[in-house]
Amino acid sequence: MITVEGVTRRFGSFTAVDDVSFTAQAGRVTGFLGPNGAGKSTTMRIMVGLTRATSGTVTVSGRHYVDLPNPGLEVGVLLDASAQHAGRTGREILTIAQQYMGLPRSRVEEMLQVVSLTTTEAARRVGNYSLGMRQRLGIATALIGDPAVLILDEPANGLDPAGIRWMRDLLRGYADRGGTVLLSSHLLHEIEVIADDIVMIGNGRIVSQGTKTELLHAAGTVVRATDLDVLQRALGELGTAMNLSEDGALRTDIDPVLVGKVALEAGVALTELRTADAGLEDMFLELTATNQREGAGT
Amino acid sequence: MTAIAAESARRRVPVSHRVPLKRVTQVELRKMFNTRSGFWLIASIAISAVLATGGVILWAPDDQLTYSTFATAIRFPVVIILPLIAILAVTAEWSQRSGLTTFTLIPHRGRVITAKAISSVLIAVAAMVLAFAVGALGNLLSAAVTGTTLVWDVTWTQCAYYVLGMVLSLLTGFMLGVLIRSSAGAIVAYFIVTFVLPTIFGLLADSQQWFRDLQPWLDIQFAQSGLFVFQQALTGEQWANIAVTGVTWLLIPLALGLGVVVRAEVK
Repeated sequence: MITVEGVTRRFGSFTAVDDVSFTAQAGRVTGFLGPNGAGKSTTMRIMVGLTRATSGTVTVSGRHYVDLPNPGLEVGVLLDASAQHAGRTGREILTIAQQYMGLPRSRVEEMLQVVSLTTTEAARRVGNYSLGMRQRLGIATALIGDPAVLILDEPANGLDPAGIRWMRDLLRGYADRGGTVLLSSHLLHEIEVIADDIVMIGNGRIVSQGTKTELLHAAGTVVRATDLDVLQRALGELGTAMNLSEDGALRTDIDPVLVGKVALEAGVALTELRTADAGLEDMFLELTATNQREGAGT
Repeated sequence: MTAIAAESARRRVPVSHRVPLKRVTQVELRKMFNTRSGFWLIASIAISAVLATGGVILWAPDDQLTYSTFATAIRFPVVIILPLIAILAVTAEWSQRSGLTTFTLIPHRGRVITAKAISSVLIAVAAMVLAFAVGALGNLLSAAVTGTTLVWDVTWTQCAYYVLGMVLSLLTGFMLGVLIRSSAGAIVAYFIVTFVLPTIFGLLADSQQWFRDLQPWLDIQFAQSGLFVFQQALTGEQWANIAVTGVTWLLIPLALGLGVVVRAEVK
């Protein structure tokens, strides 16, 4: 479990992280969502003792990170997959981590298998790696000590769709076995498909947090049908507000199950029926709009 | 492929002990060899020692084919390369950003820097042993080839002086690495400190009498020059010169640098 309590970090007059508090629970994947430059990376760096908090504390499994005797065995960290010596081979980078932690040599080969880096790939220098390969190597480094807590900053960056799927399954399995997973992303969709809990940050402040279901549910239902007029009339009889969006979808506060039943009774064929994620998405877009920073160091 | 992770995540590590300094040092030593640049830098010590020895055999006058000539010739390439190794050992953590991993796995940066200092000194000593061995082979070879008498004009004490001088040069590089934390900047600074400053100090000493008297107490290169001449034992005053310049030019900047390193952000 990771507990962040009132963490603030100022760089001169700029407040990068402003009174941030949240917990990442064991057995759950917590998504740390926010646009570039929102303070995600700074918060994560504070968690692992790379940056000092101006005020506030972070504990990992009940202890301060710097007090962990051999941190790699308790917390797996991936902050920036590109932050490796370009002239070192992938295997050597894993070997360094294995030796720092005092693990058996066999762990290196095991981890290379886990992240599907072949023997030839592992023998290449990291300078020649694609971003996706660096991410895999970074995840291997985070996992090698078999930690109970994972802290991953934008781990899906540069992974291909199959790689993202693989990572999602890996992290899901990790959380299901009781591990704590905190991962950040600036992409809502990425967080949506993998996280159980979502913490949203913008301009250094937490703007929203809760379980994914809570956050997504507030927004109602989106429905499309072949004959939208008939459906609209049938739903109108339930007496709730709805509105037709420009792209021809109907939004309503009615539960999707009920919308489906009404459509069946009215004999209208549905082409789409889903929970609207607009609440979170709108909030996120608003944040991004006020915070347009292309490629800013997160 | 997730099966292995699945099994291993269940296995709990019972108790973890603080990573011992010995292990950190071993890893830091490995890190000095396992990059392409690091490997070739260290290899170039051996290569340049052989080249310098070959040069002495080919071009030195016969009456100068003594062991001290070989040792002095080998010194010039090594005194440049050794500090580079120490500089890069420190600055790579920032320039190559690998410090992000290093300082996460070992959150007490002072221990990492200590381990790097120890491993740098170990490499320096090993390099000197190698340099002496190559020089000795060169001396034997030249005597055999040219038919001159074999001259061993270096005592064990002088060897120890020589090693001490080299270690101090290396530590100068190390100090600049810690202080500047950028590979290019630290290397440039090292060349200024080692080659430009002594020239300026030399000119100053030639023209100003007051400076000539003070030079042994101010100029670290001048103070240490006695370590490399293979002539006589150092006097107490010369040792004092080395100590005073060592404190002002090495220890104080190193302490300042350490204070910054502990907080410096790895971008």
